[in-house]
Amino acid sequence: MTVTDRRRTTLANWLRRGTVFLVLLVLMGYFSLTTDRFLQSRNLVNIAVQNSHVIVVAVGMTLTMLLGGIDLSVGSVAALAGAISAGLIVNNEVPVGVAMLAGLGVGLFLGLVNGGLIVFGKLPPFVATLAMLGIARGLTLVYTSGEPISGMGEAYTFWGTGKFGNFPAPVAVWIVVVLLAWLLLTRTRFGLHIYAIGGGEETARLAGVSVSRVKLITYGLSGLLAGLAGLLLTARLWSAQPQVAVGLELEAIAAAVLGGVSLFGGVGSVLGAVVGALLVGVLGNGMNLLRVASYPQQVIQGVVLVLAVTVDMYSKLLERR
Amino acid sequence: MEPAMAESENNGQQGEPILRIRQLVKRFGGLVAVNKVDMDVYPGEVVGLVGDNAAGKSTLIKCVSGVYQPDGGEIYFEGRRVRFTRPMEARDAGIETIYQDLALAGNLSVSANIFLGREVKKRYLGGLIRTLDEDYMHAESQKVMDKFNIRIPDFSQEIETLSGGQRQAVAIARALYWRAKLMIMDEPTNNLGVVEQRQVLELIQELRQQGVPVILISHTLPDVFAVADRIVVLHRGFKVTEKKASETDSQEIVQYMVGALDDNRVLA
Repeated sequence: MTVTDRRRTTLANWLRRGTVFLVLLVLMGYFSLTTDRFLQSRNLVNIAVQNSHVIVVAVGMTLTMLLGGIDLSVGSVAALAGAISAGLIVNNEVPVGVAMLAGLGVGLFLGLVNGGLIVFGKLPPFVATLAMLGIARGLTLVYTSGEPISGMGEAYTFWGTGKFGNFPAPVAVWIVVVLLAWLLLTRTRFGLHIYAIGGGEETARLAGVSVSRVKLITYGLSGLLAGLAGLLLTARLWSAQPQVAVGLELEAIAAAVLGGVSLFGGVGSVLGAVVGALLVGVLGNGMNLLRVASYPQQVIQGVVLVLAVTVDMYSKLLERR
Repeated sequence: MEPAMAESENNGQQGEPILRIRQLVKRFGGLVAVNKVDMDVYPGEVVGLVGDNAAGKSTLIKCVSGVYQPDGGEIYFEGRRVRFTRPMEARDAGIETIYQDLALAGNLSVSANIFLGREVKKRYLGGLIRTLDEDYMHAESQKVMDKFNIRIPDFSQEIETLSGGQRQAVAIARALYWRAKLMIMDEPTNNLGVVEQRQVLELIQELRQQGVPVILISHTLPDVFAVADRIVVLHRGFKVTEKKASETDSQEIVQYMVGALDDNRVLA
């Protein structure tokens, strides 16, 4: 490999990792110039709070996408976890801490069921988690009878609207989640094995990686994070809505893809996905401030997704050459 | 490379075989992929395993390397009966296999590949938290590469950025690092340039000199003749012959490969 090759690789790598971040900065610059309120700290904090659940779920999505899989059930699982935790408090007078742990447990359990269907049932991840998307949403509607549940109390809603001193609680939660996931992927054997499986499942198996175990746990983690997102969302809305988080899986996939996570597995990072999620959040926030109507907003978001991914693909082509 | 063949008459076939396969059978549904095959590998020899497509070569070695569990027969390694249920068990016993196209994870670095499945960890809080010890793995990779004169510019480089020959070298280095007692190589010269093919064959010679026996699967007969001491030919699951490389030639071997010759038939 010659020096110029190396240099080109480094440049392409930088482009690949840097593009989303660059797009994010450009967008923020644009909104700062065109609106008065965008750069106000209250607005920036708002963006960080409002996207907490998206970021948490995007982290889980990154894990399953790195495996070469996907988890379409996260939105429904989030709704069910939120509803059950709220219902336990309001209807069964269960202590808040226990109810929240139960919500996380629901997420973990459904994630492990996804993993089991994929590993032992040999179902494609797309199919298994699509089925779970329907099942978990249906269970949410059955459990809530289609009605919102509210009145969980401040110990619960703190995690959506409360503050540690001056620092918003849900933002603290997602920062911890992102940090832990980043350490898991970059510093542990388990994380390395996720990348190895995404790069080539058979190769990993032949080298001695316990493919089934890693997959099962990863889908469990994705479910757990979906459950956590459901709690954050329910706490922020002060009520468990049966139709909440519909389409959350698509937001998470968009965030991950924007952040450079490959749909084919083995390539990407948690930090990229977080920047991707913030990009989507900033775009929505800025357009609201500019009073863009909500229908064309979706068109613009779609266009931005296509543009960002196109740039990403070309930078990869440049690297291969 | 020819003189090596003459020398090889002296080594090999002495003492106990390191690998002994007896009457091995592997079926896939109604198909008998490997049919009562016997095969021995002695310390310090290179055995060429050849045959046409679907002759049973890959199935046979996957039974030895723990990927498949045989339906009949026995495998002895270092004199002991072994039954590997997973690839890791075979690797732990000292059997390293380099699979065609599946040897390395393309999206991982050189050192991550050398240690894949056997990562070295740092412990914190009495082993409660364990992280990868990348510095150690890096340094060890460097050592084994230096020992075998394999030059890779940067170990944090992903495997897919390396040439075919460099990849093969990394795969061999990995097996060497883990002190392979038996090396199985499936088509190691496939898709390589001429120079790189020669480098791989030289590495095989080097392995033999260090006393590591090699099973070489290939259908490039010149490569097999360049390094093998003995040649075993499979045809449709049966072993049709076994000959010293010095006592046969590619024409004869081809006849066995296509089924025109068959020692079982002559004997029967």
